Amino acid sequence: MDLYAGRRVRNKIYMTLSLAAAVIGLGWLVLILGALLWNGFAGLSLAVFTESTPPPPGNGGGLANAIVGSLIMTGIAVVIGTPIGILAGTYMAEYGRHTTLTTVVRFINDILLSAPSIVIGLFIYELFVATMGHFSAIAGAAALAVIVIPVVVRTTEDMLLLVPNQLREASSALGAPRWLVIRKVAYRAARAGMTTGVLLAIARISGETAPLLFTSLNNQFWSTNLNAPMASLPATIFSFALSPYEGWQQLAWSGALLITFAVLSLSIAARILTSRSGS
Amino acid sequence: MAEISLTDVALGDDRQKVLRRFTLADVLFHRSTQAAAILVLVILGGVMMSLVVGSMPAIRAFGFGFLTTESWNPVTEKFGALAPIYGTIVTSLIAMLIAVPLGIGIAIFLTELCPPMFRRPIGIAIELLAGIPSIIYGIWGFFVFAPFLQQTLQPWLINATKHIPVLSSLFAGPPYGIGILTASLILAIMVLPFITSITRDVFETVPPVLKEAAYGVGCTTWEVVKNVVLPYTRIGVVGGIMLGLGRALGETMAVTFVIGNAHRISESLLQPGTTISATIANEFTEAIGDVYTSSLIALGLILFIITFIVLACARLMLLRLEKMSGG
Repeated sequence: MDLYAGRRVRNKIYMTLSLAAAVIGLGWLVLILGALLWNGFAGLSLAVFTESTPPPPGNGGGLANAIVGSLIMTGIAVVIGTPIGILAGTYMAEYGRHTTLTTVVRFINDILLSAPSIVIGLFIYELFVATMGHFSAIAGAAALAVIVIPVVVRTTEDMLLLVPNQLREASSALGAPRWLVIRKVAYRAARAGMTTGVLLAIARISGETAPLLFTSLNNQFWSTNLNAPMASLPATIFSFALSPYEGWQQLAWSGALLITFAVLSLSIAARILTSRSGS
Repeated sequence: MAEISLTDVALGDDRQKVLRRFTLADVLFHRSTQAAAILVLVILGGVMMSLVVGSMPAIRAFGFGFLTTESWNPVTEKFGALAPIYGTIVTSLIAMLIAVPLGIGIAIFLTELCPPMFRRPIGIAIELLAGIPSIIYGIWGFFVFAPFLQQTLQPWLINATKHIPVLSSLFAGPPYGIGILTASLILAIMVLPFITSITRDVFETVPPVLKEAAYGVGCTTWEVVKNVVLPYTRIGVVGGIMLGLGRALGETMAVTFVIGNAHRISESLLQPGTTISATIANEFTEAIGDVYTSSLIALGLILFIITFIVLACARLMLLRLEKMSGG
């Protein structure tokens, strides 16, 4: 009986530890979200969306220029990155499914997917900023595009691989050429999944700070000039949070709340999209 | 394609034309997808190339000594990467020491213990949290967590370890709030959802038959986890941990806020330090002169090489697992 009791006790201990891990881990994350909501909502007002970032000592004002800057750069990054990502994913799943190129690209793409984003910022700095001689929104968008591509490649390939081959065979048997089969049949069947990939990519880049710090820099004023430094939410949060002014710190919290809200709604939208089409 | 009607096909000449157009379009589409795939390789090559080219001045000026020098002096333009490398590795390792047991514990909870009703919501919540940008963790660490540690955990640690030989130097000095330990804790919280969701996914690849058989011969839940689930998923779990490590090594914003950016290696974990990514983020736009900028890019190159190796190992392991469960 001793043996059984010992085993039971050991089981109890480890299962309690596992439960404790869950409570600690989830509790910690809840604490963070709680602090974020608490501090973020405290400063949220209409002015945050309509006024530009205030000069020091940072009273009043809002984040309008940073929000617009983030939207512009995210938009450009998605417009550049998505087609490249979809095409590359298409090659890997359709034309070159079993080629060495696909194996290599898949491996490299997975590494790019989790490569440190600050290194990508350095790359774009060398490529754009150092050659043009000044920081610019275009460089920031390019850095974000480099982050978009691997996300879209990955989901596109995965989703196209899920499309049953019979669909392709059936349309090929009707005499449709390969590109038509891909565009009219495979893409259509995988559309929800591919859209999810794009949404996830947007979610990923909307909070990226490191690659923007030395590509698009930051801008305290309203600017939509793509060839000049542009404000963005993450970069503004970074500089405002570390500032000594209370007004700026408050705006940093509000900005953080906005980003989290955007990221969470994008990921939830992506999730709903996949679960709907998946059933 | 609406324009290809039956009449087109029926006419001989037009049919030829359509066929030729089809073939041309197919070749074009094929080549453009192939070009995009190659572009992915070009990007990685470009990252590598640009970092190597950018760090040439620093490599020429300091040579191999760059890796082993601690001093970082913008005034005399003497730069060494030892302190940031040390900080990067130490913070990541401590973060993994905390996050791995917690992550595996949560994964066990989710796959074995959790009532099925809560399994999906908790799993989804963790996946959503894995997507929250790191700057959020950074700002929380800076405003909430660091002051909290300064008042509670750190004074307690200093007092409790005062007379213990090794630990006393590990936890020495005034409680600043910010520092290596705080950065490690934030990193741990940040990679936790990531490690948890991968580990859980890997645990779910265990065929139910194996687990049921073990339960059938009278194993307790812990014995099933220890003798069936963990051995079966070993490679995948290690791969997931390495992916998390790759993330922790390259993480910038969560660390930059709370590390203190001090270029020195101190014995105490409570002292400020720096990491590669925090140094780059803090100093790059302020760097004056070729050697300074180039030294920072050289740091980036080192970080890239370290993470590349870690991530490559992680992917190879996960790939092996995929083959195992797929075959």
